[in-house]
Parts: sequence; structure tokens; C-alpha cells
Amino acid sequence: MSQKLIIIGAGMASGRLIECLIDADPNAYDITLFNAEPRGNYNRIMLSPVLSGEKTYDDIITHSDEWYAENNVTTIFGEAVTLIDKVAKTVSSKSHTISYDKLVIATGSAPFIIPVAGKDLDGVMAYRDLDDVNNMLAASRKPNANAVVIGGGLLGLEAAAGLKEQGMNVTVLHIAGHLMDRQLDPAAGYLLKKSLEEKGITVHTEGFTKAILGEEEVEAVLLEDGTIYPADIVVMAAGIRPETRLANDAGLRVERGIVVNDAMETSEPDIYCVGECLEHNDQLYGLVAPLYDQAKVLAKTLLGEPAAFTPVEISTKLKVTGCDLFSAGDFLDGDDREEIVFRDAVRGVYKRLILQNNKIIGAVMYGDTADGAWFLQKIKSGEDISDIRDTLIFGPNFASGADADPLAAVAALPLDAEICGCNGVSKGDIMAAIDAGSNTLDAIKANTKASASCGTCSGLVGQVLQMSLGDEFVLPERETVCKCTDLSHDDVRKLIVAKGLKTIPAAMQELQWNTSCGCATCRPALNYYMVCAWPGEYMDDGQSRFINERVHANIQKDGTYSVVPRMWGGITTPDELRAIADAADKYNVPTVKVTGGQRIDLLGVEKEDLPAIWYDLNSAGMVSGQAYAKGLRTVKTCVGKTHCRFGTQDSTGLGIKIEKAMWGAWSPAKFKLAVSGCPRNCAESTCKDLGIICVDSGYQVLVGGAAGLDLLETELLAQVPTEEEAIELTQAFYQLYREGAQYLHRPYKWIAKVGLDWIKEQCVENLENRKALSDRFEYSQQFYRVDPWAERASKGVDAHEYTPLADFTKVAAE
Amino acid sequence: MSNYIDIGAVTDIPIRAARLVKTMHGCIAVFRTATDKVYALDDKCPHKGGPLSNGIQHDESITCPLHNWVFDLNTGMAKGADEGSVRTYDIKLDNGRILINSDAIARAEAAE
Ligand code: SRM
Ligand SMILES: Cc1cc2nc3c(=O)[nH]c(=O)nc-3n(C[C@H](O)[C@H](O)[C@H](O)COP(=O)(O)OP(=O)(O)OC[C@H]3O[C@@H](n4cnc5c(N)ncnc54)[C@H](O)[C@@H]3O)c2cc1C
Ligand code: SF4
Ligand code: FES
Repeated sequence: MSQKLIIIGAGMASGRLIECLIDADPNAYDITLFNAEPRGNYNRIMLSPVLSGEKTYDDIITHSDEWYAENNVTTIFGEAVTLIDKVAKTVSSKSHTISYDKLVIATGSAPFIIPVAGKDLDGVMAYRDLDDVNNMLAASRKPNANAVVIGGGLLGLEAAAGLKEQGMNVTVLHIAGHLMDRQLDPAAGYLLKKSLEEKGITVHTEGFTKAILGEEEVEAVLLEDGTIYPADIVVMAAGIRPETRLANDAGLRVERGIVVNDAMETSEPDIYCVGECLEHNDQLYGLVAPLYDQAKVLAKTLLGEPAAFTPVEISTKLKVTGCDLFSAGDFLDGDDREEIVFRDAVRGVYKRLILQNNKIIGAVMYGDTADGAWFLQKIKSGEDISDIRDTLIFGPNFASGADADPLAAVAALPLDAEICGCNGVSKGDIMAAIDAGSNTLDAIKANTKASASCGTCSGLVGQVLQMSLGDEFVLPERETVCKCTDLSHDDVRKLIVAKGLKTIPAAMQELQWNTSCGCATCRPALNYYMVCAWPGEYMDDGQSRFINERVHANIQKDGTYSVVPRMWGGITTPDELRAIADAADKYNVPTVKVTGGQRIDLLGVEKEDLPAIWYDLNSAGMVSGQAYAKGLRTVKTCVGKTHCRFGTQDSTGLGIKIEKAMWGAWSPAKFKLAVSGCPRNCAESTCKDLGIICVDSGYQVLVGGAAGLDLLETELLAQVPTEEEAIELTQAFYQLYREGAQYLHRPYKWIAKVGLDWIKEQCVENLENRKALSDRFEYSQQFYRVDPWAERASKGVDAHEYTPLADFTKVAAE
Repeated sequence: MSNYIDIGAVTDIPIRAARLVKTMHGCIAVFRTATDKVYALDDKCPHKGGPLSNGIQHDESITCPLHNWVFDLNTGMAKGADEGSVRTYDIKLDNGRILINSDAIARAEAAE
């Protein structure tokens, strides 16, 4: 007589199990199949094509009612099993209690509903089964309806693409910094985001849902950052949890999933498990390939044959048309690992292989996944690839010496892209000149004026030459930003603007960085270039800043910080001094020092105390002195004509005006100014980045001094008659420097490169351009003339920096 | 068997940032990488004691804020020409929660 086998859950795993059992021995068991859903096995992974309209439910049924009947499987659908009685060996649902000899739990997973206010409103749904798909399709019939998908993983993105196909306005919220962060690295995540955005899907990364709003039905989703997205439906695709409730109640061993051994036996005799609900060797499984292997193993176990489940590497693909991605194995970096990265910005292709001991252990690909299977095979087999290493990334069809094209970025620029900003020369102009016979940098310079002025575009001009002339033209050697790229600082800056690159991952992808996320040298440079190019638009990346700029204080040798409030033009008041003294007492500041920049430094403040001391200083009207910034530092002044018998103008007043106009700005390196009331120069204007010396007839604006590692006297930029013009020229010069200099170059280095004459052309002789530069500076200042201390002391910005994640010193002290 | 202590959600640490776990005998820096891996290392550079949690993270390395030594987060070993290593601690992620091996805290306490 055959034994009685009950299977709970008619999902992908149990479907395969039943097939294997029946294939091997149709008479071994008398099978009863329970399913909570009112239907039998269907191909769950094809729900996305059903949602997008490419398939219907009928197309994805794997086991029909007839099939169950023919194979003598008793089905009880639309009824969840609610109890397992392992002593009596029965299971019960609402209207059945049935006994078993062997029991298989195949309950799959339950969607994880994030615990926010509003999660129970009508219109909030998961994405797990056919009913969910039907609900989504119903919602999409309302014209112009809005859908918000929470979760930018595999499921969420498939849901988003399907809903978009159905004509909804779709927004995806994802908590990590890039999409599909479990499968992809940031570069591939960036490409994916880009193609989804091209489809019209809004993607909000680092989007933390605060609440779902609505009375009875959902109306909108509110994020922690205050953004609100209107919503007719909210699809929760924030993850899944093994469905273990039955097993828990029955007292089986459950960790994250129902624990099984290699043979798929649970902790209880005669109870087995298969599918997403189980945990094997601390591992959960959420893709069908390993579940099918489990099903095969369990079929053997049930038939009394020895079998063991051994997980193999699996790969992921996203079933969204136009988003071609592949990820397999372990793609994180590590000390003993090396990576090979290939980027083709023109085609939007990104490939990355992770190697360990000459074996491929992981692969991520976007845009061209044709070789995915070949790499997966290599990962599985673990074969030594040393012999083919050089050409490995090009895949199995590699034949010729095809190589990553260093000229791709320039090749991709449209003909009207401006290469030389000074003279308004486009790529097309340069190519026309080349066609007309100009075949050297100098010839191009002479005939088009490209690179004839500041010269920072000569690298790009050279690339256009090389692209057009091939080997006939040899590019002069130049310094690259760092080992992560072949481009120079000048090239990078220009390409960021020309190509409209607005995030660091975008720049790294489009400019073909050869590391996955840069290094401590290029990241701060890129961050600055973005800050300068896209004021108001670019989201500053604190993690790409050196610690001083991240926490707005100077780190000391013992890990404490120094705090320097602004003292505008070196002027202070008794109240400010009292507040500084009080703060020094209150926070046990070990050293209070007068700096070389005419202000007061509180040295040795604990990091955790920073927001509090800033709060106190803010309360007395003081703001950050940015003594830590690659940005505007101090404006030193002398007493000037208000008090001094030689003073010709109000140097103190002008210094204060300039500092108030310019504070908060970031630049390639620090920028220090001084204003002296007469040529006796008590404010040391002649060794500053920009110094002003007041004379009877006006203001001499001097630039390019240095008094640090190098010592250099300033040179005269121009003399102007009024304070207003002095301020405008100062701002224009600063902006020209901000837009042009390479990261970490003080103005004197930049001037040596571009020449003072060119600078004079730009901001002394050309008054219109001076005004435009100064306007651009003013525009940017709207966003940056903000006290970073107040943001942190009163608005909680970056609170994570100043509080520990956990504190066991207090616990243990008890 | 070792126990793990829940010290917070992975999202409590911004991407590529680090936060501290204070113990009786020093701070442990907990790092979150761009690919959502977590690492725990002593917050003390073997060179001159720089607080590593304040450095710049890139891939799975951290550059010390004081003099730019670079350490591998996986092993705690200095990279390149510099020699030295930082103690690492057993830490893992489970459903978005960061779990640190309780030995990490106990060890620090037993150290005296
Ligand atoms: C506090 C102060 C010294 C003082 O007690 O007076 C100071 C302190 C530091 N200076 Fe300075 N500089 C200070 C005025 C100067 C001056 C004089 C001036 O500004 O009038 C100079 C020469 C002028 C110049 O900038 O060229 C000066 C030239 C430097 C340099 C060399 C810069 C160069 O380009 O050559 C560095 C190193 C660097 O920036 O890379 C430096 C770097 C530093 C750092 C930030 C070192 C560091 O990276 O940790 C010091 C931080 C100490 C701390 O722990 O807080 N400091 N430093 C002065 C702060 C002025 C202020 O109120 O903001
Ligand atoms: C939209 C979507 C797309 C996917 N795409 C892919 C893909 O491209 N590739 C891939 O590999 N994987 C994909 N997956 C994942 C894949 O579908 C799952 O890994 C697989 O379905 C899990 O199989 P299972 O048998 O363990 O569970 P399920 O297929 O979920 O089946 C479990 C069944 O048990 C039932 N059940 C639960 N509790 C009870 C109870 N108490 N009583 C009775 N019945 C119960 C449930 O109703 C369910 O029908 C996708 C999943 C979804 C939702
Ligand atoms: S001169 Fe400047 S950098 Fe050097 S020790 Fe003094 S404060 Fe530090
Ligand atoms: S203290 Fe870390 S590098 Fe010097």
C-alpha cells in the first residue's frame, strides 16, 4: 500500500518535487496537495510578463487540474493549512484534517511589509501571486494613475516596468544608494537606473519611506527627506521572509528559515521541507534554480535513496525589456581579489570580473550580457584562467586585438559639443580643420583658436586629432587624475560639463573609470567638480570628502577636533568673546589660540561634542570659519582709514563685505584673502591668493601669492576705482579659478598654467564676462552660503557622525 | 557557541560611512560599503592611532584620515608599502540588522 504524503504549498518547488516523484515511482505515494492560493502550480516567475501584458495567466500554468487528476494527486486549493500535529501526524485546514505518513512543507515566502504608518491602507499591496497582479492591473485601468513601488530589487523593478507598460506613472523608492544593490555594484546600478529613467520611471535612491498617507485608500507616500509622491497604489517589494509560521507553531527547528540537512529533512522525523521556506547551512534561497535541485534531492530522500543538496553558483537576470543585466557569484572586492573592469560608455556597457587565485569568482555585466553564461560556467568550474587573462573580459569570441577604446568618450560627443570654452570652438569645428589639413595641436590652435587661450582643453583637442588621424598623431604625455583613469583633471572637468554628468557613478561610468568606485584621490576631486558644475542640483557626497570637510572641523593628531568660528574681517565683539570663553569652559577645551588668520581656534574638542559647541556658538551669532575647507577661508584686514593715520579707504569694511559675500564657497583648494588700507600692507595682502591694497585712487587687486609650501609675491590683476568693482572682480577671479583649476591647485599654480594675461582677458578686459562670472558665483552662493554648523547643530544633518551606533560602556558599567 | 548582538540596522550607517560601537576598552568602527557589506575594525590606526572611522572608504579599503595609510577592511592589513594591521571583528548582516559577535565586546573587556 502506498504511503500518504501531504505537501503544503503548491509552488514552484513542490511542483518540481511532485514531477520528480511521479517520474521515479508513480505508486510510491498517495499525494495530497494543499495550497492557500485558490489554484495550483503556476510559473510564478512569469508573473511579470502577465503584469506587463505580454502573457496571460493561462500561458503560465504549469500543472492543470487535468494533470493532477491524471496523476492521482488530490488537491485542496484555496485553503491554508493552519496546524501541523506532529504527534498525531495530521494537518488541518479550515475544513479538513488529514493524516500523513510523510509531510513536506513547501510554503515559500511571505512578502515583507515594511512597518510604517499607513501600511494597511487600501491600495497597499505586495507582489507575490496572481491576486496581486490582478489588483495591480485593476488599479492601472484608472487613467493617469500613480504607482509607487517600494524596493528597487529584482521584484520591485519588474513590478515597476510592468506597471509602466500598463500606462501608470511609476516611482521606485530604494533605500540603498543604487538599484539592485544585492546583485549589482554601483556602476551597473547607475546604468540600470539610467535606462529605467529613459523609460519614464522615476527612481529615488536613498529613499526612506516615512509613512504611507491616506484616509482609507492610499493617497501618497512620504519620505524621510520630506519628498511626497502621489500614489493610487503602493507595491511593497522590500523583500521576502521565509514562510515559517506553521513550522514554528509545530516546534520544528527554525532559524531564519526552516532548518534542513543535506537530505532536506527537518528537525522532526517524517517532516521535510523544500523551497524558499527552508534554510540550509545558514543559507536561504530565493531563485528557482537551487529550489529545483532541492526538489530533486527531496524526491530521492522520500524514495529512500541517498542524496545530498549542494548549492551551486547561480546567476540573476532582470526580466525587464531593454535592461540587460547579469550578475553571478561574489562580486565584492577583497584583499586577495583582483578585478577586471571594462566600460564602453558609448554603448552603455559595463563588465566586471572578480578574480581570486586566477579563478573567476564573480561577474557583473550590464548592457551586453551575451557572455554571461560563459562566465558563469567558468565560475562554476573554477578553472584557472591565467592563460587567457589578458583577453578574458572580451568573452569567448575574442579573436582580434580589440581593446577598450580610450577615445570612446570623445568619440561619443556630438559635433556641436564645445571643446574649447574660451574661444567657443566645437568638436565639429576641430574636425573640419583637421579635414582641411591641420594635423598638429599647434595647427589646430592657429586655425581654430581651440586651446589657444587657457589651454586646459588641449588634451581633448589632442584626442579629437587622434580619433581622426589614428596613429599619425601621437598624444603628448600628460598627468592623469590618479590610477583609476587615463584622463587628466582638465579633461575630466570638461567632460563632466560637456556630457552633463551629475553624479560620481555617472562620471565614472561615462568616463570609463577602471576601478569600480574610485579611490581617496579621485573621489574628492570628482565631488568638487560636481559641486562647482551643478550648484543646486548636485547632491554633495560626504563620503567623498576628507573628514575635515565631512564634519566641518579640523581633525587633530589625537582624533579630537578644532573649532574656528568666523570673525568677519578679523573684527569681534565682547559678546562673541564671552560666548567663545563660555564654550571653552563648558566643553573643557584644552587650548584656545589666536590663529594666523585673525580669529580664535578652540583646539581639542571631542567629536561627539561638536554639534553642541556649534549650537552655543551659533546662538551667539557665529558661524563656521571653514578653517578646514578647500574653500573660502579668511579675509584678513587691517584697521584702515577708520582709525589709522595712513589709511586711504575702509579696508576693514571692505574685507567684511567680501567675506560676507563669499563665505561658504568651495574651491579646488583653500582661498585666502586680505585687504590692507595702504601700501604699508599690514594685512599681508601681497602673499595671499587674492589681496587688495587700498590706495587714494581706488583698489589694487593682486592675485597669485603664496606663503606656505611656496613663497610668492602677488601680481597686479587690475586697479579699480570703486568698492563695488573690487568686489565684482574678486568674485569673478574666484569663479574663474573655481571653474578652471585642477583639484588641490592653489591659484598661483593655476595662474602659472593658464597665464595671467589670459585671466586679465577674461575678467579685467571683458567686462561682460566679468559680470557673467560674478553672476555665476552669486548663483552658486545661494546654495552654499549656508552655515554647515547650524545644519548639524539644529537640523540634525549627518547626525550619524556624532553619535555612536551602540554604546556598551554604559551597559557594562552597571 | 558564539552569540551575536544586534547593534542596529544597516541603514543606520550611510553608504560608505562608518559608525562607532563603544566598548569599555576602546571603540570599534563599523563600516558599511557601497555594496552593503559590513565590517568591524578597531577604530585605531596602528601607525599613530588615527580614528579609521573618519577615513575615506573606497571599495573595501579605508584610508586613515591622519596620514593616508590604507587598510583592507576584510583582513585589517595595511596595503601598499606600509606595514601593520588592525584587529577585525566578526560581524554579519541578517535581514538588514547588523549583528556583532559578542566576543568582540567581551574581548575588549577581557583585555585588561
Ligand atoms: C590654525 C592655523 C595655525 C595657527 O594657529 O595660526 C593653521 C593650522 C593648520 N594649517 Fe595652516 N593654519 C593657519 C594659517 C596658515 C597660514 C597663514 C594665514 O592664513 O595667514 C598659512 C600660510 C598662507 C597660505 O595659506 O599659503 C598656512 C599654510 C598652511 C599650509 C600650506 C599651504 C600651501 O598651499 O602651501 C597647509 C597644508 C595644506 O593646506 O595642505 C596648512 C595646513 C594646516 C592644517 C589644517 C594642517 C592639517 O591639515 O591638519 C593645520 C590645522 C591645525 C589644527 O589641528 O587645527 N596650512 N596656514 C592657522 C589658521 C588660520 C585661520 O584662522 O583659518
Ligand atoms: C514576480 C516574481 C518574479 C520572479 N522572478 C524570478 C526569476 O526570474 N527567476 C527566479 O529564479 N526566481 C524568480 N522569482 C522567485 C521564485 O518565484 C521563487 O523563488 C519560487 O517561486 C519559490 O518557490 P516555492 O515553491 O518555495 O514557493 P512559492 O512558489 O511561493 O509557493 C509557495 C506556495 O505555498 C502556498 N502556501 C503558503 N503557506 C501555505 C499554507 N499554510 N497552506 C497552504 N499553502 C500555503 C502559497 O500560497 C504558495 O502558493 C520570482 C518571484 C516573483 C514573485
Ligand atoms: S605650521 Fe601649520 S601645519 Fe605645520 S604644525 Fe603648525 S599648524 Fe600644523
Ligand atoms: S595614524 Fe593612520 S596613517 Fe598615521
